[in-house]
Amino acid sequence: MFKVLNTIEKSPVLMRDAYCNTLMDMAKTNKNIVALDADLVSSSGMKNFFKAYPDRAIQCGIAEANMIGIAAGLSLTGKVPFAHSFGTFASRRVADQIFISASYAKANVRIIGSDPGVTAAYNGGTHMPFEDMAMLRAIPEITLLEPADPVALEDIVRQLADVWGVYYIRMARKNVMGIYEQGSTFEIGKGNMLRNGTDVTIIASGIMVAEALKAADILAELGVSARVVDMFTWKPLDEELVARCAEDTGAIVTAENHNTVGGLGGAVAEAVVKSVPCPIEMIGSQDQFGQVGTEAYLRQAYNLTADAIVEAAKKAIERK
Amino acid sequence: MEKELKMKELRVYAEEIRVKTLEVFSHLGFGHVGGAMSVVETVAVLYGSMMRYDPKNPAWPDRDKLVMSKGHAGPTLYATLAMKGFFPEAMLRELNQGGGRLPSHCDRNKTPGIDMTTGSLGQGISAAIGIALGDRMDGRDSMTYAILGDGELDEGQNWEGFMFANHYKLSNLVVFVDANGQQLDGYTKDVMDTDSISEKIKAFGWLTYDIDGHDIAQIYDAVAAAKAQNEKPTAIVLRTKKGHGCTFAEGILSNHHINFTAEQMEEALSHARAVLAEAKNM
Repeated sequence: MFKVLNTIEKSPVLMRDAYCNTLMDMAKTNKNIVALDADLVSSSGMKNFFKAYPDRAIQCGIAEANMIGIAAGLSLTGKVPFAHSFGTFASRRVADQIFISASYAKANVRIIGSDPGVTAAYNGGTHMPFEDMAMLRAIPEITLLEPADPVALEDIVRQLADVWGVYYIRMARKNVMGIYEQGSTFEIGKGNMLRNGTDVTIIASGIMVAEALKAADILAELGVSARVVDMFTWKPLDEELVARCAEDTGAIVTAENHNTVGGLGGAVAEAVVKSVPCPIEMIGSQDQFGQVGTEAYLRQAYNLTADAIVEAAKKAIERK
Repeated sequence: MEKELKMKELRVYAEEIRVKTLEVFSHLGFGHVGGAMSVVETVAVLYGSMMRYDPKNPAWPDRDKLVMSKGHAGPTLYATLAMKGFFPEAMLRELNQGGGRLPSHCDRNKTPGIDMTTGSLGQGISAAIGIALGDRMDGRDSMTYAILGDGELDEGQNWEGFMFANHYKLSNLVVFVDANGQQLDGYTKDVMDTDSISEKIKAFGWLTYDIDGHDIAQIYDAVAAAKAQNEKPTAIVLRTKKGHGCTFAEGILSNHHINFTAEQMEEALSHARAVLAEAKNM
């Protein structure tokens, strides 16, 4: 069960701190939790874990392919590895290692890809993953997650102690907007309907969830009733919910901090054409590379704003 | 004297594996025969003497593990595992058959006794490191072995692994490099020269042995030395012949994946059986 906060504002807890604190808490009672990193411990916020559990923290150096293979091997001895790198290097650089050594081998691996999309900001185009989820989405049986805030992140990370499989978590590192009340719980594979509505559904993920809620407020002022869904599991996609939204509202806007090609937009479109076809507009990178800038600049540059969602909603409704 | 008897026993065992591996290929008319033949003696030493395992409990946590990183040598392992009772010998007919449990490359989810899924070259060493690390974390005294090809060393991931295993002093890890000097497109010296393999790995901080990979006693001694110390990971570079002991595969250039006629296989099998008989009579 989850509850949405009354006021959506910046969460006081950094995502990376929530990640580290959660893992440290889990490690207290679960000796099999192991953290791996590829020379980004300072960035991932895992310094405290590495200090508290030096025997269960593995610095792999700048060698991500080796790190993923080691994580797979560790899991075959009963360890529950959490391997982190920036999203670019935790996905596209190691696609075959995730495919073969982790997924095809049916190993038990968690991969944290940080700095999704525009949150990579000053690191620029080389470090800006708009494609991580799309690349990994074609791997059978993998689970792809993008928790919207520290509350969601903590609950999801805790769940990953006791399941078997390959899980990729797309995680902003710093401040994000708080969406959920403390103590909210999340069911992997199910989308959360944050607000009901009848004219259009906004299916969002990650940093775009807050924008979707803001867009729904603006639309309400315009007399448009918008449903908002936080689709924090991209795979397996909650196709049943997508079909229900298509049926109930007849128009969908997807909003992602990611390439719409193969991304949340693509995934939702696949589900919609298989069930209840309806107009879909897609907010996200329109098959563009990343670039350098502040996060605020980049949100404008890629149209990752509530205003853009509002315009897309109007368009989708018109196309009904 | 006791050791001499042991060596004789292992030599016989190796020839039994060679015959059985050829039999596994025989009904197909094709296969990765070259690389399957060059690792026979190493697999014989491991399963005939050095490794701790229980065929009735392939997932026994305290077992020693083997990652066949050159996954195309699967058939040698399949023959060995069947002979050891991990699964019935009748199952060997399933090699490369649709829906079968013996794919051309090793798959830990399909074949009892296979410890890691391999075939995308360069990845086995990392999995082996993870297994060795996990065993060490939990205080198990298990060894982890990995068998790499010399052509496989073209993949950069191996060198990430060599660096890592030395940094963490994984003395419970032994990596064999099957240096048969050939890869799919030709001789390694022509395709991508992996010259001075043992010197390179030694420079990464490993204990290294450069030995005749068809000499049972040399393999046995190198593994024994690796197990007798607890300071460093060990690499054993095996100087081998691709296709060793298989009349239609040995000594030719294109023997990575090879087609053969029933007559050629018959000839190879009689030769291998004669060598086996000879080993028994020695």
